[in-house]
Amino acid sequence: MINPRLLLPVLSLAVLVAAVFWLQPRAMSYVGVNLLFNLAVPIALATVAQMVIIMVGDIDLSMGAFVSLIACITAAILPENPALGWAMLAGCVLTYAALGALIEARQLPAIVVTLGMSFIWGGAAVLILPSPGGSSPAWLTAIMKAKPPLVPMAIIASVSIAAVAHLLIMRSGFGVRLRALGGNLRAVSRAGRSTVRLRAMAYAVAGVFAVLAGMALVGLTTSGDANIALRYTLLSIAGVILGGGEFTGGRVSPIGAVIGALTLTLAGSFLSFLRLSPDWQIGAQGAILILVLAARLLVRRAEKRA
Amino acid sequence: MASARPNTTGPEPVVILDGASKSFGALRALDHVDLRIDPGECLGLVGHNGAGKSTLVNLVTGQFAASEGRVIYPGAKDHRQAGIRAISQEGMLCPNLTVLENLQVVQRDLTGWSWRRLAARRIGAALDAIFPGHRIRPEMPVFDMTLAEQQMVEIAIGFAQGAHPARLVVLDEPTSSLDASISAQLLAHLRRFCAEGGAVVFISHMLGEVFEVADRIVVMRDGHIIADRAAKGFTRQGLVDAMGHVADESHEPSALRIRALGNRSDAILRTPEGVEARKGEIVGLAGLAGHGQAEALARFYLAQSSDWRSLAEPAVVFVAGDRKRDGVMPIWSIRRNLALAALGHLCRLGMVDRAAENALSADWQARIGIRTPDMANPILSLSGGNQQKVLFARALATTAAVVVMDDPMRGVDIGTKTEVYDMIRHEAAEGRTFLWYSTEMDEILNCDRVFVFRDGAISAELEGERITEANILAASFEFGDAA
Amino acid sequence: MRIHRAPWFWAWVAAFAAFLATWSISAGGGGGAALAVAALTFASFSVLTGLGQMLVITMGPGNVDLSIPATMTLAGTLSLKLMGEMTGPVWAIMLAGLVSALAVGACAGVVNFALIRLLRIPPIIATLSASFLYQSLAIWSNRGLRIKPPAALAEFATGRAILGIPNLALVALVISIGFWVALNRSGFGRRLSAIGQNPRAARLAGVPVARIMGTTYVTCAKMAALTGFLLACFSGGAALNMGAEFLLMSIAVTVIGGSSIAGGDSNVPGIWAGALFMYLIVSMLNSYGLGAGVRLLSTGVIIIAIVAVASGRKAQA
Repeated sequence: MINPRLLLPVLSLAVLVAAVFWLQPRAMSYVGVNLLFNLAVPIALATVAQMVIIMVGDIDLSMGAFVSLIACITAAILPENPALGWAMLAGCVLTYAALGALIEARQLPAIVVTLGMSFIWGGAAVLILPSPGGSSPAWLTAIMKAKPPLVPMAIIASVSIAAVAHLLIMRSGFGVRLRALGGNLRAVSRAGRSTVRLRAMAYAVAGVFAVLAGMALVGLTTSGDANIALRYTLLSIAGVILGGGEFTGGRVSPIGAVIGALTLTLAGSFLSFLRLSPDWQIGAQGAILILVLAARLLVRRAEKRA
Repeated sequence: MASARPNTTGPEPVVILDGASKSFGALRALDHVDLRIDPGECLGLVGHNGAGKSTLVNLVTGQFAASEGRVIYPGAKDHRQAGIRAISQEGMLCPNLTVLENLQVVQRDLTGWSWRRLAARRIGAALDAIFPGHRIRPEMPVFDMTLAEQQMVEIAIGFAQGAHPARLVVLDEPTSSLDASISAQLLAHLRRFCAEGGAVVFISHMLGEVFEVADRIVVMRDGHIIADRAAKGFTRQGLVDAMGHVADESHEPSALRIRALGNRSDAILRTPEGVEARKGEIVGLAGLAGHGQAEALARFYLAQSSDWRSLAEPAVVFVAGDRKRDGVMPIWSIRRNLALAALGHLCRLGMVDRAAENALSADWQARIGIRTPDMANPILSLSGGNQQKVLFARALATTAAVVVMDDPMRGVDIGTKTEVYDMIRHEAAEGRTFLWYSTEMDEILNCDRVFVFRDGAISAELEGERITEANILAASFEFGDAA
Repeated sequence: MRIHRAPWFWAWVAAFAAFLATWSISAGGGGGAALAVAALTFASFSVLTGLGQMLVITMGPGNVDLSIPATMTLAGTLSLKLMGEMTGPVWAIMLAGLVSALAVGACAGVVNFALIRLLRIPPIIATLSASFLYQSLAIWSNRGLRIKPPAALAEFATGRAILGIPNLALVALVISIGFWVALNRSGFGRRLSAIGQNPRAARLAGVPVARIMGTTYVTCAKMAALTGFLLACFSGGAALNMGAEFLLMSIAVTVIGGSSIAGGDSNVPGIWAGALFMYLIVSMLNSYGLGAGVRLLSTGVIIIAIVAVASGRKAQA
């Protein structure tokens, strides 16, 4: 029972991998693959976080700022004062949950609320780490830069992220109830469940994945910066879409989201291997997004006619 | 009355309504209703639009609290524990989930590691029991299923085993998207369910089905239960008569009002469904609510107007019935709301001519009688009836030759209605054509010609003397036996 | 007229308070005029982008233009490049620059709306992905060169011709008055407000929804382009990141100024109050010696508090 909606994301990733290996045969090695996909790990985590928000019908424009804040906490506070660091990370997750509750209870538009939050996360990040620096906790670097036999860490990490997210969101009863919120809000409240609680839970789950994204990023770069992950907002949204997710109706796929994140990371390398001017890197991302959405519209029209 | 029935020493009733009433603002949707449903009973519930069926159902299933009186679930603390399940018309599935996941949303005891297996077993068993030979797998996403399959899943969820077994299942038009053989399977299951001690409330416009499955029929009208007896006590004609206003013989035959509208071939408009109208004609769209009338009108209106161009003199205007969804601009004044459709007429060089706007709104305030000291007051300061008058004035203030009305008198007081009827008749006499979908019988009886809708298509076209309540009811309900 | 009921009243009060607070500590009371000039100049840019964004936000939930920064950069870059390569009378060069900037904006607006309408992409994603394209175009055409604007234009953008008021503020004021008239007196403004309150009801009342929405997205992009042009002239050349802060700023001034995020209710005076307030609060926190962190934090808290309170008011009505 393979989800047909995963076909397109898998196919595009496979084509891209083949193209990269063809252009750059040296990449076809343990080290090469690790290099190609290393930076995909935090992006994949942030994409899963964004996917949970999109799943309940909202959108998070503060993802990049939030991941940057987590990176600052991880780099500046966690190594010196682990207790305080962990407490702050937990506080960040709780704040996310509170945001979800606020949005549902007061029926606020998530775009504006998360936009406002991006100022707050950014401000907090600057306060914690005024200039780039800090260091990664040793255990974190050890995990992120581990060299397991046969399969590079980046692949193992991506697969485990996809597996955990899939089990939590797609398989567990808890995940089903969260998805129901995006599918049919009225049905959920008619079944006597608290939509405020469910939305808070969804935001908390997103917060946890975003925290992991920030920590993974520090594990790779070994330092923090208040602007380190700002582009994650756009990347995470694009990753969800590339992975077959829809903006409305709660139709998302965690495995697809991880694949989308890998595809986006790889697309960057591919374009540089093509010797395409780096000027066009961002534009290519935009064009890919538009093309995917246009293709999906055509497919849906064809389905409707059939 | 149900409560007056001798209390036999059988098992406890599933639910008792004791003088239950429900009001929405000034509208009393349910008026001191007594009803008792015992285990093993299969209750058919019939009535025309606005009779109070859905309100009654929502009270029984715990979605509304009674404004007056009580709803009692003997031996249980709430409707859920009492095993009361509802299968509603409006689609309560989450399309992004699979069949078994939809059960998870409704049932609380699907916890632990093997909840999927348990849910699959429950929903599979229910589907097998109700619809033997179905092709639905519990892992199928609802999104990819046909409408009929979705309906089958909703029904199966209603009957599925759970922490509190189903003791009373309320089905509101459950066969609307099922074909005859599947419907027959459902009806057979309902009889089996009742024979095993379950209770059912069955609402359908297919009277054949009601007779086939119900052992007791409750007829509602105007928020009251007006007949409640064994199904054997009714004939089909008797049932239809009971739903109508028998005392309404005073209704003047339409023949007296027949005006010179010209030949039927003079139609100035024709919708894809086959609704026709001549110049100056008031054409009614009748039938039970939700049988395609509103959609037909909306399609017609959208096809006649443009997303890109705004004409100073539109050909067609629309009067909304669902004011909140389709009509009122909530933050605007009465005046601005009134002038919206005529805006093209009121603009000079792109700027709104405020003097002309004031004159227009003052004129219509006087003509249609909007009760407000100042047209600059916010629209929401008006009563529902007066808001509706503003929407009428919005449409009539244009020069459009055709006025499309989507059940505009829903929840409007009788005084306003009379005033608006006069206005419509006057405008029709001046040559305007009205397409009027209404759920109220007395409005339909005032039309020159009536198209009755059933299942999205026209089931009868009535004109002149043939526009009677009996004919309309007969065309609204389907007499043929199920299967 | 109960002036304190006007949605922009409190925004103005806050802006004045921030002005006084900054003034009293900054230069012992001497720098009032300089502070006012700086505030008016920098607020002008926020006002110009904010007006466009406000138009889009007035169309109701889901409508927002995230391509403002990229459009600004692209228009600034291309118009300065054109002016740098042109020869001829100064007025012709200046006019060509302005027209080309507005044309770039119009194109961006058409592309945005085409994506929304034809591909049925939600406005957030449509304007976001389109902005990637604009950004790349800007990077590609800029090539890291910094072309200086014609001297006359630079002089105009930094000058104070009348009563010591910055020219930019006057430009923004004239355009604001135009927007106020369009929103409050014209048929377009009426129809826009109707769409924002209830697009379905607006369509059923004969409002040409597609035309109004298209006009709005194009206008918003043109405003971004004009701002980009002026900002490039003001700061002596187009920079690739020059629009960055105006994405959040344009939304923030709209919200702070009292326009309803639920749609249908726009507010031009509030945009000015919001823009001045946002600049002054930064100066105030700076002069108290507080850094960027506190500044950002308090901005975020203000935005969310305003949104939460304003929507609550809406819910009661």
